[in-house]
Amino acid sequence: MKLLAIDTTTEACSAALWLDGEVIFRYQVAPREHGNLILAMLDQLLAEAGVTLKQFDGLAFARGPGAFTGVRIATSVVQGIAYGVDLPVVAVSTLATLAQRAYRESGAKQVLSAIDARMQEVYWGAYVLDESAVMRSVATEVVMKPEALQMPKEGRWCGAGTGWGTYEAVLSAPLEGRLDRVLGALLPHAQDLAALAVVDLRAGKGVSAENALPVYLRDNVAQKPKPKT
Amino acid sequence: MRVLGIESSCDETGVAIYDAEQGLIGEALYSQVALHAEYGGVVPELASRDHVRKLLPLLDEALADADCDLASIDAIAYTAGPGLMGALLVGASVARSLAWSRGLPSLGVHHLEGHLLASMLDDNPPEFPFVCLLVSGGHTQLFEVLAVGQYQLLGQSLDDAAGEAFDKTAKMLGLAYPGGPLLAKLAESGEVDAYRFSRPMTNRPGLDFSFSGLKTQAITTWKKSSQSAQCAANVACAFEEAVVDTLLIKCRRALQQTGSQRLVIAGGVGANRNLRQRLRAVLGKDQVEVFYPRIEFCTDNGAMIAYAGCLRLQAGQCDELKINAQPRWDMQSLPALI
Repeated sequence: MKLLAIDTTTEACSAALWLDGEVIFRYQVAPREHGNLILAMLDQLLAEAGVTLKQFDGLAFARGPGAFTGVRIATSVVQGIAYGVDLPVVAVSTLATLAQRAYRESGAKQVLSAIDARMQEVYWGAYVLDESAVMRSVATEVVMKPEALQMPKEGRWCGAGTGWGTYEAVLSAPLEGRLDRVLGALLPHAQDLAALAVVDLRAGKGVSAENALPVYLRDNVAQKPKPKT
Repeated sequence: MRVLGIESSCDETGVAIYDAEQGLIGEALYSQVALHAEYGGVVPELASRDHVRKLLPLLDEALADADCDLASIDAIAYTAGPGLMGALLVGASVARSLAWSRGLPSLGVHHLEGHLLASMLDDNPPEFPFVCLLVSGGHTQLFEVLAVGQYQLLGQSLDDAAGEAFDKTAKMLGLAYPGGPLLAKLAESGEVDAYRFSRPMTNRPGLDFSFSGLKTQAITTWKKSSQSAQCAANVACAFEEAVVDTLLIKCRRALQQTGSQRLVIAGGVGANRNLRQRLRAVLGKDQVEVFYPRIEFCTDNGAMIAYAGCLRLQAGQCDELKINAQPRWDMQSLPALI
C-alpha cells in the first residue's frame, strides 16, 4: 500500500510517503511558509522514491484542529490532488498525530495532546495506544480554557504539544503526579499522520475529495450585530 | 487550449471553463451573500470556510455544464489576488495542487485584470487601446489599457470605493445587506430635484475620486429629513445621481486626456442601470463607444479568471510550484503580454 500524507496545521510543515511500510518525509518548522513549501516537498518525495501519484492508494491530511489558515491549506491541497487523480482521502486529527509522534519519539502510550489555540484556550484530546501501535482517541476533542478541561481520573500520562508549553502548570495540577513527561514543544509530523492514516485507509475509511473537510473545533468565529433597540 | 478558472477572492466561489477556440463553455457560481447578510458584511473567516465546502462541487458542476471531463483541461487559472487572504488561499491551494497532480501548468491571475478583460468575453469585444473604469465594492479606478498587461493607472478613489459608499449609504437608510443594488432600486422612485449632493473632486483637475464625503452628505440629509419612505427614495436618488455624475465627469476627462474613443466599464457597480444609461447617452454624443460586460460578469465570476488566465498561459506564462496568494497586488506590476 502507498499513501501520501501532509500536515500544515501548525508552525511545522511536513509531507510523508508511506511506501509499503517504508516512510520518507520532509519536515520543516516554517511559520507562514506552508504555501511555498508543501507542494515542493511532495514533488521532491515522489522524485526521491521514483514513484508517481498514479501508484498511490490514498491520501491523508491533518484535518485540524490548528491554525485556521494552515488547516485550510492542508484541506485544499489534499482536495486538489484527490480530485485531480481520483484517490480516497483519510482525514486525521492533528491532536492524534501529536500523540502518535509522542509515542514514536518517547514511547509514551497514553498521551494528552494540547495545542495552544490562542484566546486563552487549547485544542485538547486524550489518546491511548492500541495493540497495533496506533493512538486511539478516548475522549471527545475540544477547544477549551485549560482550567476547564476534564482530566483523566486515573492512569499515567504524557503531555504533548504547545498547549503544554504555554499552560503546563494549569494542565498538570489536576493529574496529581500522574504525569510522566511533558513534551511542550512537540509539533505534528506527517510521518506519524501516515502511520495513523494507513490503518484507516486499509479499513476502507477513505472519503472522496469533496468530503475531505476540516475540523476547526472553534466554530463560533463571528459575532452577529446586536439588533437595534 | 482549454483552461479551468477558479475565483475565490471574496464572497463568491466561481468556476468556469474557457476554450481558446470555442470560448466560454461551462460555468458555475455560488454566492455567499446570504451567509454574510446577517452579519451586515463579509466575515473573512466564514467566507474562507464556505469556499472549502463549495469549491469541488462547483468544479463538478462547471465540468458538467461544459459537458467535458478533467482530462480535456490543459491548464488551470485561479485568482491569486488581490482579495481576502484566507479566501484566496482556498482557491489557490486547490488550483495549484490540482494542476500539480495532473502535471498541468497553472497561473495565478490578477482579480482586477479578470474584471478589466471581462468585456472581451462578449460578442462585440472592445479593441485596444481603451480607458477602463473599474468600479466595485472594493475599487474605483481609471486605467488606460494599451494591451493585455499594459495598464496605466490614471486615477483612483482616495477613500471609499463607489460600491462601498453605495452599501454604506444603503445601510444607513435601513436597507438590507448588500444594500448597493437595493439603493439603486429605491432611487428609481425618488424625486430627482428633491436634493442635490456635491460631485466630489470634479471642480479641480485630476482623475482621482472621493466618495466618503458624499456618503456623509447623504447621512446628514437623511437625519435632518422627516425620514419618510419618500425621503429615503429622494436621498437614494440624489446620492446615486451624484455618484453617476462624478464617474461620468471623470471618465470623460480620462477619455480626453488619453485621446481614446473607447470606454470599458468593469466591476460590480457596472451593473448599475442608471450608470449604464447615462454613460452611453452622454458619451455617445462624443462619439465614444461604451462597453459593458454582461451583467453576470460585472460581479465576481470564474469566467473572467479562466479567460485572463488563458491569454497569459497561451503566451507561456505559468506558476512556480508554490501556492500563490497575494492579498495586495499592484496590477501595474503585471508583465505585458508579448
